[in-house]
Amino acid sequence: MVFDRPASLSISVTELTKSYGNVFALSSVSIDVKAGEFLTLLGPSGSGKTTLLMAIAGFNRPDSGRICFGDTDVTLMPPHKREVGMVFQSYALFPHMSVFENVAFPLKLRKIAAQEKYEKVTEALKTVQLSDFAERHIDQLSGGQRQRVALARAFVFGPKILLMDEPLSALDKKLREEMQIELKQLHRKLGVTTVYVTHDQREALTMSDRIAVINDGEVAQVGTPRDIYNTPANSFVASFIGESSFIPLERDAKGGLVYRGTKIAAAPTSQSAKTYSLVVRPERLSLVPPKAKPLAGKLYFDGIITELVYQGENALVMLKMADNLTLTARMNTRAGDDVDSLVEGQQLTLSIDKNDIITIPDEAA
Amino acid sequence: MSDQNSRSDNALGAKQLRAAERKESAILLALTMPAIIVVALVIIVPVGWLFSLSFLDGSGQLSLVNYQKMIEYKSYMRVFKTTFNVSFLTTFLCILIGYPLAYFLSQMPRKYVGLFMLTVLLPFWTSLLVRTYAWLVMLQRNGLINNFAIDLGIWDTPVKLAHNLNGTLIGMVHIMLPFLVLPLYAAMQRIDRNTLQAAANLGATPVQTFWQVFVPLSLPGVVAGSLIVFVLCLGFYVTPAVLGGGKVIMVSMQITAILEDQFNWGAASALGVVLLVATFAVLLLASRFLKLDSVMFGRH
Repeated sequence: MVFDRPASLSISVTELTKSYGNVFALSSVSIDVKAGEFLTLLGPSGSGKTTLLMAIAGFNRPDSGRICFGDTDVTLMPPHKREVGMVFQSYALFPHMSVFENVAFPLKLRKIAAQEKYEKVTEALKTVQLSDFAERHIDQLSGGQRQRVALARAFVFGPKILLMDEPLSALDKKLREEMQIELKQLHRKLGVTTVYVTHDQREALTMSDRIAVINDGEVAQVGTPRDIYNTPANSFVASFIGESSFIPLERDAKGGLVYRGTKIAAAPTSQSAKTYSLVVRPERLSLVPPKAKPLAGKLYFDGIITELVYQGENALVMLKMADNLTLTARMNTRAGDDVDSLVEGQQLTLSIDKNDIITIPDEAA
Repeated sequence: MSDQNSRSDNALGAKQLRAAERKESAILLALTMPAIIVVALVIIVPVGWLFSLSFLDGSGQLSLVNYQKMIEYKSYMRVFKTTFNVSFLTTFLCILIGYPLAYFLSQMPRKYVGLFMLTVLLPFWTSLLVRTYAWLVMLQRNGLINNFAIDLGIWDTPVKLAHNLNGTLIGMVHIMLPFLVLPLYAAMQRIDRNTLQAAANLGATPVQTFWQVFVPLSLPGVVAGSLIVFVLCLGFYVTPAVLGGGKVIMVSMQITAILEDQFNWGAASALGVVLLVATFAVLLLASRFLKLDSVMFGRH
């Protein structure tokens, strides 16, 4: 391989604040990205995730805070000296250059000798499977191909950090899913520290070593995909990542959390929140056959089916319970399961394993 | 084949649908007719007439005498040379002044663009004749500019600015500048800012980004603007006539002279035809080398 495997660098963002007028795009954000890690900034549009990425790339200057690459403080360093590769949402390829020239651009600026330049560009194009397209013009490429050129251009000069701003958002679903896997493989091959911005929670779960959920210019939670999905820190994370139904809980005499007389958890140690909710993931619910004996390790929900949607690999069941709460469940459509026999309006009981239950504090409104 | 035809004829509603399509295209043709007729009357007929006049001699006989004269007399050649020279120099100076101006406009915050654009457009909206005579006053031996320069010590004795090539160029550049700046500014506006950020990200200094990305991407605008300026210059009359002081004779002035002095419509028409053909030749040449399609018609 011609690429010198870059000694990848860690990124540490400390108390970064950036405001536009009196709107805070980032308020005192601190994130550490380990060397070689694939970290995704996940959040809704306008949450500040792109602002954070642009600050790391050096395209906007924060109001306060510090950004370090490894041990080097880069807060005041202009973008062209930062040596980070970036893939833009619009790809930002140079339309007046061929595919080869685009990828060779960063090498030309670094005055790499012709032979080495040729080898590196060829290797990069091979890596993104565009070997036959070197002489093409940019406007002769499809969206997916442009995406690959942008990618090759971003890593060909061996940056120690790679930044990606929603690089797959312009591609159709099938291609996007293929590219997710390819990007993940590429990351493994190059070992370069990668910060990836997306608003697509599935994409984030698929690709990341860790996810930082950003909301309203603040970090809502940082963790592995499993952590984020299984133990969301608050209701924003629980509702933004995956689907969830929220069911309010009561307190017993000792402050323990209770749902309809069934004890869910002991009294929470943190006193910050007064009330707690149960988060139920739709795929963790299962059908309970009529007249089945209740089991100790399960929690049961009774209600009437208000909506039944067949979606191919699974069926969506919406259950309206006695207290007017709605529970959403996803049922497997395997033959032999009883989903086919369900009808709207019928009485149904669903159960969840107590291990699959998540409790989160309600936010003070 | 006939089998296929009959089948498509018999297909459900095929005949009616085809009839509807024919009717629609007939209506569209009828709607464009007025425009076609106007174009024919305003452009094709006069130009055709110009052509035919140029092939008639003094007595109304068909001949090539008008074109023969143009080859025989050196003065005609000189006039064409002057015309192309002046047009080329004007275009060149317009690019030299207009490019930084358009760049400045394209980089400033949007809310101020209107104000600064006004400085480009205001002269554009003022009468050509008024502006030309204003320059004549300013460029005199004892005019504003000479006095000012001598007072400031830029030069000692009055420089001859009017009644020669200098004056002609100053006036023409001033008048032509908006024709270059406007398309160039539009082209610069269209450049994706992300490509400039990408260049910086890949390690290009601001100067390298400008020369290696911004300038190449703005070239279509330069080409479009300079072509407009150059072609307009070829037929320019007022400014060289007033500011040239009889020393800069362009084709349009020669045409006037022939008509006023000799009342020779044939010779004047022939000059007009040659100028028209030369203009087309320039455009054709440019389209060969510069992909005019995308420049002039926004195709990519």
